[in-house]
Amino acid sequence: MSHAVSTDIHAPSSGTNYLNNGYGLRSWLLTRDHKRIAILYLISVSVFFFIGGIMAMLIRLELLTPEGDLLQADTYNRVFSMHGISMVFFFLIPSIPAVLGNFLVPLMIGAKDLAFPRINLLSWYLYIFGGAFTLWAMIHGGVDTGWTFYTPLSTQYAQGQVMMAGIGVFIAGFSSILTGLNFVVTIHRMRAPGMTWFRMPLFVWSQYATSLIMLLGTPVIAVTLLMLVAERAFHLGLFDPRLGGDPVLFQHLFWFYSHPAVYIMVLPAMGVVSELVAAFSRKPIFGYKIMAVAVLAIAVLGFLVWGHHMFVSGQSIYASTVFSLLSMLVAIPSAVKVFNWTATLYEGSVSWDTPMLYALGFIGLFTIGGLTGVMIATLGIDVHLHDTYFIVAHFHYVMVGGTIMAYLGGLHYWWPKITGRKYKPFWAKVSAMLVFVGFNLTFFPQFLLGYMGMPRRYWSYAPEFQVLNVLSTAGASILALGYLLPAIYFTWSMRYGEKAEDNPWGAVGLEWQTSSPPPTFNFHETPIVTHDAYDYHHQRPTIAAKGEASLG
Amino acid sequence: MRSELQLFPDAASSLAGQVDALYLVWAAVSVFFSVLIAVLLVFFFVKYKRRNEDDIGQEEREAPLLEIAWSVIPLMICLVMFVWGTRIFFDIYRPPSDAQEYFAVGKQWMWKFQHPEGVREINDLHVPVGQAIKVTMTSEDVIHSLYVPAFRTKQDAVPGRYTTLWFKATKAGTYHLFCAEYCGTEHSRMIGHVIAMEPRDYEQWLSGSPAGKTPVASGAQLFQTFACDTCHRDAKDPRPARAPQLAGLYGRDVTFADGGSAKADDTYLRESILNPGAKLVAGWQPIMPTFQGQISEEQLAALLAYIKSLEGTPQQASAGGNGAAADRGTL
Repeated sequence: MSHAVSTDIHAPSSGTNYLNNGYGLRSWLLTRDHKRIAILYLISVSVFFFIGGIMAMLIRLELLTPEGDLLQADTYNRVFSMHGISMVFFFLIPSIPAVLGNFLVPLMIGAKDLAFPRINLLSWYLYIFGGAFTLWAMIHGGVDTGWTFYTPLSTQYAQGQVMMAGIGVFIAGFSSILTGLNFVVTIHRMRAPGMTWFRMPLFVWSQYATSLIMLLGTPVIAVTLLMLVAERAFHLGLFDPRLGGDPVLFQHLFWFYSHPAVYIMVLPAMGVVSELVAAFSRKPIFGYKIMAVAVLAIAVLGFLVWGHHMFVSGQSIYASTVFSLLSMLVAIPSAVKVFNWTATLYEGSVSWDTPMLYALGFIGLFTIGGLTGVMIATLGIDVHLHDTYFIVAHFHYVMVGGTIMAYLGGLHYWWPKITGRKYKPFWAKVSAMLVFVGFNLTFFPQFLLGYMGMPRRYWSYAPEFQVLNVLSTAGASILALGYLLPAIYFTWSMRYGEKAEDNPWGAVGLEWQTSSPPPTFNFHETPIVTHDAYDYHHQRPTIAAKGEASLG
Repeated sequence: MRSELQLFPDAASSLAGQVDALYLVWAAVSVFFSVLIAVLLVFFFVKYKRRNEDDIGQEEREAPLLEIAWSVIPLMICLVMFVWGTRIFFDIYRPPSDAQEYFAVGKQWMWKFQHPEGVREINDLHVPVGQAIKVTMTSEDVIHSLYVPAFRTKQDAVPGRYTTLWFKATKAGTYHLFCAEYCGTEHSRMIGHVIAMEPRDYEQWLSGSPAGKTPVASGAQLFQTFACDTCHRDAKDPRPARAPQLAGLYGRDVTFADGGSAKADDTYLRESILNPGAKLVAGWQPIMPTFQGQISEEQLAALLAYIKSLEGTPQQASAGGNGAAADRGTL
């Protein structure tokens, strides 16, 4: 978006900004600044990523040998349950919306803040409160239900702190609802003059679609978890066939939210990748309008496919047929997005900076995740592959290969804007390569394991599955290193990194037209938008510096 | 059991080959598109590498035909695969009419099987090659899932209801049998084997196993033990009936007091024993007590086997035995 801006918004970087505007703990914990709240989220989701990551390493170490020898069976079950709960509810769902979305949505549409700054802070406290419950549950014995909490295992048979963990996730859900509400209202009401709907960056479109899912879907999981907790506490019989209940009802309710939740995780990632591909090709995204409509289409279709998690549950085979067809339809807008990103590079001016490496990694891995998704939407194959490692591999390609790649790419792209500092491009590129190689080595063998028939959530397994499991564990070690490096050099850069220019990548987009880091109210003057998103031609960016060559 | 590296599972059922063909075609399509995207990305990445720091990309070119192509081609592929996959799925879940009926119960953490001849097994299931076998299953506690990778089939066993799975083994051998639905502590030990044997070996194995009563025989005995026969009287019984005739009931449509109707299948019979008031047959008093908690899954299965074995035409029998009830629309 080339924004002819009414006045000079290039505030001197040495002036006050949102980071040096108050230093005490109070100035952070009571802040209403969306950028500071984004930083609070960045720190807290990183803590949960770290916890979930340790659990993942324990899982991979246990699976190095066929015998269950490192952990007890019960411990293993608790470890994979807490891995799923931490990663899904406390890292992946909030990661891009609450960190990058919080920071960028107002900047990208030329607003001073989100529509409800206090509610935004409340969202973070709810997240922390829910997280505290879940951590308490984890420390006091954990849960062994899996992150899916299937009944009647969770309601009658599971040991551990199921109720506390359920309440934790329930509370964190309100954080999602309020964030979604805040984004929807902000995007509707607070766009700068000239920022029409079809001039909005695709990242904003993706946040909008995600927010709709958060608003409409999260209440369902909240009610479902309440039913679960009530059933466990008072034995109402909602899911107990002996009292006339139905255990499969829980699955319908759970997946009615948790399938759209997959799109809460991946739509924002698609938004990030659209920004990266445009900025590092210096070109508009190919088929911009179709890209915007595609995220909405995915969000809507996402609500109609939950039954594909239940093809072998005893659900009517005719229902399964409908769910299979609808699931395949989701593939079409997804495929269009992949082709459009690829076409954007054509005749672009393609930079080889780190964020672009992550973007390309995302496109490749998401393609594999998406294609294997259509494979398991195919009824005849899913009967064999359901609940095997094929499923585990598939959703890690989407969530780790997709969402986390995009999240890391986004962090590398906007880091100079967020912190006003530069990181070392050499180490960033090394870590991007480690993540890509480590990821594929970890999860590709799991596709083969799945077709071989290794069920998921197995603590010990048949000996013929060992070789592929060893490869997977080796890959996980590389992946862990790839994730640790950014934690180190980002932390380093906050203190020792060179000061960043306002627009180090030479990108268009309102966020690059204010200072790095931005002032508390983002812009000194309200910007006026006169061009489409990614219009590099009509406004050659005021290139202060040229990519990572200058970042070092 | 092998321990060397294996990259493809044994295929030992009549449908395994079809599932593999579907999978391999999908895998080929996936590899094609993944490689296509990867090659294009790397090619553009290198070819259009930024030469000067302030270069910008060319203006976007419209390519409507290309856009239509890459929307329509994936859609066509998906539709073809959907139809193919759904046909196989229907084959997987619709047992042929000549299938032998086996019964399975999952419980934390074991599988209990019963052969139609009455032989019981735990975790292992011996079956004859070439014979279609239908396993009707349920669970005593949480949801389990019966999974035989070599047969490319699985089915959840759900407490409180019956689900079925069928297969026809094509190759003698010993194959993994897993619980695929996470079911608590010993989930990964809820495993066993399907031992597919040539029919002659199977007969020999059967005759060498301690055969209990057949399910029908033990069901007949339970019918007396639980005093079912005091109300569900035989058609020849001269006394007036107090409950619907059961002979010939299985598979027919039943009309309820509230006007609804349903087919008398396993699930309906099960519910009618455990919760008789739920679907009261039109024309009868709700006098049957519940057997919830008093009858095990195995006993229920035996009773069902017995009821299914009762042949007759209950409408006529019922009319003869209890004209008033028949007039009011019994069964």
